Amino acid sequence: MGDTLLKKVWDLHTVRQLPTGQTQLFIGLHLVHEVTSPQAFDTLRANGWTVPFLDRTFATVDHIVPTVERRRPFLDVMAEDMMASLERNVRDYGIRFVGLDDIRQGIVHVIGPELGLTQPGMTIACGDSHTSTHGAFGSVAFGIGTSQVRDVLASQCLALEPLKVRRLRVTGTLPKGVYAKDVILAIIQRLGVQGGNGYAYEYAGDAVDRMSMDERMTICNMSIEGGARVGYVNPDDTTVEYVRGRPYAPPADQFDRMAAWWKSMASDANAVYDDDVEIKAADLMPIVTWGVNPGQSIGVEDKVPEPAGASDPKAINDALGYMGLTPGQRIEGMKVDVAFIGSCTNSRLSDLREAARIVKGRHIASHVKGLVVPGSSTIAKVAEEEGLADVFREAGFEWRGAGCSMCLGMNPDKLVGNQVCASSSNRNFKGRQGSPTGRTLLMSPAMVAAAAIAGEVTDVRELL
Amino acid sequence: MRRIAQISGRALPMRGNDIDTDRIIPARFLRSITFDGMEQHVFEDDRKSAGGPYNRHPFDVSHFQGAAVLLVNANFGCGSSREHAPQALHRWGIQVVLGESFAEIFFGNSGMIGMPCVSAAPHDVAALMDLAEREPSAEFAVDLVGGTCRAGTLVVPIALPPKMLEAFTTGAWDTTGMLLDRFDEVRATASRLPYTTAIS
Repeated sequence: MGDTLLKKVWDLHTVRQLPTGQTQLFIGLHLVHEVTSPQAFDTLRANGWTVPFLDRTFATVDHIVPTVERRRPFLDVMAEDMMASLERNVRDYGIRFVGLDDIRQGIVHVIGPELGLTQPGMTIACGDSHTSTHGAFGSVAFGIGTSQVRDVLASQCLALEPLKVRRLRVTGTLPKGVYAKDVILAIIQRLGVQGGNGYAYEYAGDAVDRMSMDERMTICNMSIEGGARVGYVNPDDTTVEYVRGRPYAPPADQFDRMAAWWKSMASDANAVYDDDVEIKAADLMPIVTWGVNPGQSIGVEDKVPEPAGASDPKAINDALGYMGLTPGQRIEGMKVDVAFIGSCTNSRLSDLREAARIVKGRHIASHVKGLVVPGSSTIAKVAEEEGLADVFREAGFEWRGAGCSMCLGMNPDKLVGNQVCASSSNRNFKGRQGSPTGRTLLMSPAMVAAAAIAGEVTDVRELL
Repeated sequence: MRRIAQISGRALPMRGNDIDTDRIIPARFLRSITFDGMEQHVFEDDRKSAGGPYNRHPFDVSHFQGAAVLLVNANFGCGSSREHAPQALHRWGIQVVLGESFAEIFFGNSGMIGMPCVSAAPHDVAALMDLAEREPSAEFAVDLVGGTCRAGTLVVPIALPPKMLEAFTTGAWDTTGMLLDRFDEVRATASRLPYTTAIS
């Protein structure tokens, strides 16, 4: 009987079994940002603790950064306060930090892979639930809260409960116009927003094997929306070639040895899983959320549900009411006010290229505000050099600086009133995009581009 | 550390599955470098769109003020890992969350700040919620050691992973000290890893 990648990585990083029954797990890479760390640093100071593994700790700023006027001090005094606090903390403790003046700045889950910090076989932690993104490389990556950020800063360890493993095999070929985003939305739709509780999700199958790293990151990113704190893909040649040559990748003379080790960490062919699910790629179509959690979604050709006869009619009624939808109505044709292409789910170069391919030579509807927010300053630069930024600008989109932006509206990029936003982000919770009554429709970046042009939810397959 | 074995007080029912941490504390209130005052914004936007049996949000109903026990349904605390959510609830006065099930990160974060999340069967949660709404002054006694919640004439079994229970009742739920306890073993683990990160 073989082992899963999760078990191999877990065993390798186990320090000891704690008296609480939990495992003390060593964290190979700790990524720090401004929102969930200030209180952790305060506790370190109060207790006189240091950060013993500075070589495994890396900080950036992403959640609160403005995407238009990035000069200091920020207009938002609270954002400025958070930024200054992070700068003080990384200086006091000697933590490597990339700030706004650095081309390497960006969303923490975008720059970790981009800089080669994220590598297979590692354990990774970050005070953000979308840390699952890094699992695309065959690392085991945990989203954590501030008390755990404190623990990792002070000890480089977490106290964790063991996880079960569910394998999700995506088999066959994705139809045209169906993307990695649709795959993960389909998985969440099928297994539910709490289906992954207690599990790590291993994404496998020939469709995943053929995916680029960007696509795998999109899938792993939203594991948490299905209740799974950890999601991963076994490392293969695609993984190895992505990491090769990046700033923090192993040096050339050690690279092949490391690559061999990375591949050896993949789940064994005869590994035993706690659960195994097959998703047939050919059955999928572009997906749009209609409700207030990422599991409330339908195919773009489908109608929103009728509460009558459903297992939880109250929840459906509540969600439809919030979204301003009538039971049984078609989602296609729903008017959108804002189109947002960005977030740690879908702000990478390949996402921007695909969206640009759709908007090129077209213009967004006059009533739509379109926003493109690259995941990192590096992506922004390359996209500008490639002419993608011009394509978006000519189509009527605003081209912004890198950050989390309207995914969660912690910076000035927010919905207003009950605006409807076609969004390539990861959460459609009530109020998520910065307005207490704002409405979010999650979809692939290509579908967002199509919705921006049509001014309403539309089937991107007709534009391809 | 403080030991937590028994928690008593009035209960506040917060009905609904999949209540996410954005609803518990909207992101704009995370723009702070401390957790001070988080309790003032608990469910802030949710409270403006009230409804329910009192036609008000449970957190705005006068006789639920000062409640120590939060009653919830399934997958409470899903979404963002923000510890600000359990912090806001705890600072508001909640000392224990009793529900059908919890999102994993919320469950862990709550434990870390000494606010246990204990689970109970759906029909038992429903009975407790009904009681709290019918008799808001009823005293709820959550006994972690005995594994029960008593309220009115109800005695409901509750569950907490056994080792976690031990951690609360012995006061070992604050983890940093434990993780630093045998630091030579941490260093040994680090040195046997086949990879380094070369961050400098």
